[in-house]
Amino acid sequence: MQSGSVGFVTPRTMRFEEPLELSSGARIADYDLCYETYGTLNAARDNAVLICHALNASHHVAGRYADQPGQVGWWDNMIGPGQPVDTRRFFVVGVNNLGSCFGSTGPMSVNPATGRPYGASFPVVTVEDWVNAQARLADRLGIARFAAVMGGSLGAMQALSWTIQYPERIGHCVAIATAPRLSAQNIAFNDVARTAIRSDPDFHGGDYYSKGVVPRGGLRVARMIGHITYLSDDDMAERFGRLLRTPDYAFGYGVEFEVESYLRYQGDKFAEYFDANTYLLITRALDYFDPARAFGGDLVQALAPAQARFLLVSFTTDWRFPPARAREIVEALVVNEREVTYAEIDAPHGHDAFLLEEPRYHRLVGAYFNNIAAERAR
Amino acid sequence: MNVAVARSAYAERSAPAAPMPTLRDDLRQIAAWIADNARVLDLGCGDGTLMAYLRESRAARVYGVEIDDESVLHCVRRRLSVIQADLESGLRMFPDQMFDTVVLSQTLQAMHKTEAVLHEMARVGRQGIVSFPNFGHWRHLTSLLAGRMPVSPQMPYQWYDTPNVHLCTPKDFEILAGRLGLVITGRALLANGQPVRVLPNLRSKLAVYRFEPK
Repeated sequence: MQSGSVGFVTPRTMRFEEPLELSSGARIADYDLCYETYGTLNAARDNAVLICHALNASHHVAGRYADQPGQVGWWDNMIGPGQPVDTRRFFVVGVNNLGSCFGSTGPMSVNPATGRPYGASFPVVTVEDWVNAQARLADRLGIARFAAVMGGSLGAMQALSWTIQYPERIGHCVAIATAPRLSAQNIAFNDVARTAIRSDPDFHGGDYYSKGVVPRGGLRVARMIGHITYLSDDDMAERFGRLLRTPDYAFGYGVEFEVESYLRYQGDKFAEYFDANTYLLITRALDYFDPARAFGGDLVQALAPAQARFLLVSFTTDWRFPPARAREIVEALVVNEREVTYAEIDAPHGHDAFLLEEPRYHRLVGAYFNNIAAERAR
Repeated sequence: MNVAVARSAYAERSAPAAPMPTLRDDLRQIAAWIADNARVLDLGCGDGTLMAYLRESRAARVYGVEIDDESVLHCVRRRLSVIQADLESGLRMFPDQMFDTVVLSQTLQAMHKTEAVLHEMARVGRQGIVSFPNFGHWRHLTSLLAGRMPVSPQMPYQWYDTPNVHLCTPKDFEILAGRLGLVITGRALLANGQPVRVLPNLRSKLAVYRFEPK
C-alpha cells in the first residue's frame, strides 16, 4: 500500500447567513467557516470523516498549498492516500472553528454591526457551539451522517461532543489524547497563558487591531507555557538536557540553555501568526468543556445518548491529558455498554505524540478505519 | 467507486483462506458456561479468539482487557471492544456486578496478586471462570523426579523466563477459592480437550473452574 500525501489542496469558505445561537446566550448573526476536503464523497454520502482541530491548528489538516509549499497540513502523516485515514476511501473534511484566526469568523473579523473588528466583543464560544457550526457545514456539504468524527486533544473533545449532541449523525468517535474535562491544573496553565496576554501593554483590552499592534510578548509567553505542557520531561531531557548555546555560563539572563532558545523560537514563531484574542477564546472553550456538568458531574449520564462506537487513544507520557483521564471516558462508555476500544501507547513524546508518526499508534488507527471502510462496504 | 475500493481493500486483509480457528481446549469449556446474550469481560483476552467466538456463537456483549500492543491490534482488526490495561490495576474501572461472566483464561498463574484478582473478578461479575495449567500433571512430576523443572505444551517456559509465578494444582485452587469465599459451581479437568475421569488431578493438563461469590 503506497502511502502519501493528498498533494496540493485549496481552502474554501462557506458563508452562513442564519444566526447561530451560542451556549452563552449570545448569537452570531452571520459567519464564515473555512474548510478543506480531501478524497471524494461517495454516492451514498456515507464515507465522510470530520477532523476537528485543537488549540492552534486549522482546517489545513493535510496536503500543502501550491503557493506555500512549506505549509503542510497539521495531520498530514495521518490523513492521505494509504495513510491510516485513507483518502482513497474516505471523504475527509477539515474545518476551522468559529473564533479561530485562520479564515473562519473570529475576533479579527469585521463585525458587520460596527464595521470594525470584533476584538474583545467577539462572543465566547464553546465546544458545543463549534459542533453546532460544524453540523451546519455538514448540512451544506450534504453529509447527513459522518462515518467518523476524529480529533486529538481539544479536537477530540469536539468528537466526543458530537456523540452527545448529534448521536444519530456520527458512526464512530475517534478521540486521541483527551480528557472529559480539564483538571484544575489544566485550567491553571490556561489562566497563566491568558494572564500573560491580557497583561501585555499592547493588548488594549483586546482591541489592539486598530492600534496597529499585537500583544506579541504575551502571546510568546502563552505559547511557551503551552509548549512545555505538550512535551514530556523525558522528551525535553533528551532533546535539550542542560545543553548550553554559550561556551559557558554568561552570568546573565540571556538565552544560554538550548531549551530557552527552543521555547523562545516557538514563542516568536507563534506570535507571528496567531491571534491573541483567539488564544483567549480557545483556551476558555477548553476550560468550559465539561459534558458531565449538566448531570451533577456524572459522565455516565452525559454519555448516555451516544450511539457511536469509540476508539480512544492516550499516551503514557502525556501529562497534560494522562491516560487516567481517557480512562474516565472509557469507564463511562463501558457502563453505558457502548462499543469502545482503548489503547494506551507507550511513547516518549508527551501530549504532542498524537501529532507524531508512531507505528503502533498509526497501525491501530489504520486498522480501526479499515473496519469502518469495511462496514460501509457491506 | 469508493465502495469498490473499500471492498477490495477489506478483502485483501481477510482473504487468506485460514481454516476456522480451532478454539483452544479451555476456551471451548469456557464458552459452554456462558449464556446467550451475556455481558462478558475477558481478562487477558489476547488476540480476541474467545471474544470473537462468544460474539458469534452466543451473541455475547464482550469487552476484553489486554496489555500487549500486538494483541490489542489483533482485537481491533476483529472489531472487538478491547481496553488496553494492566489486569492487576485495570479492573478498577469496572463497576460492581457489571458483567454476567468474567473470564480469566490461562492467566491466573501469571498474576502477582492472585487473591486480589479473584476478589475483583467476583466484584465485577456475577460469575467468574478461570483456567490454568495443572502443575500436578504426572509428566511434570516425572520431570521433577528427573531433577528438572517441568516444561510442557501448556507451560512452555524455562524456569528463568517463565511468566508463571503462581502455578498450582486443582486442589490448591479449590482451597484458595474456599478461603476467599468463592463457591465453585463448575469444574472441568481436561487433557487434549477431553474431560479426564480417571485420576484427573494427575492426568489433566488444564483446569477450568466456574465460581460465584458466596
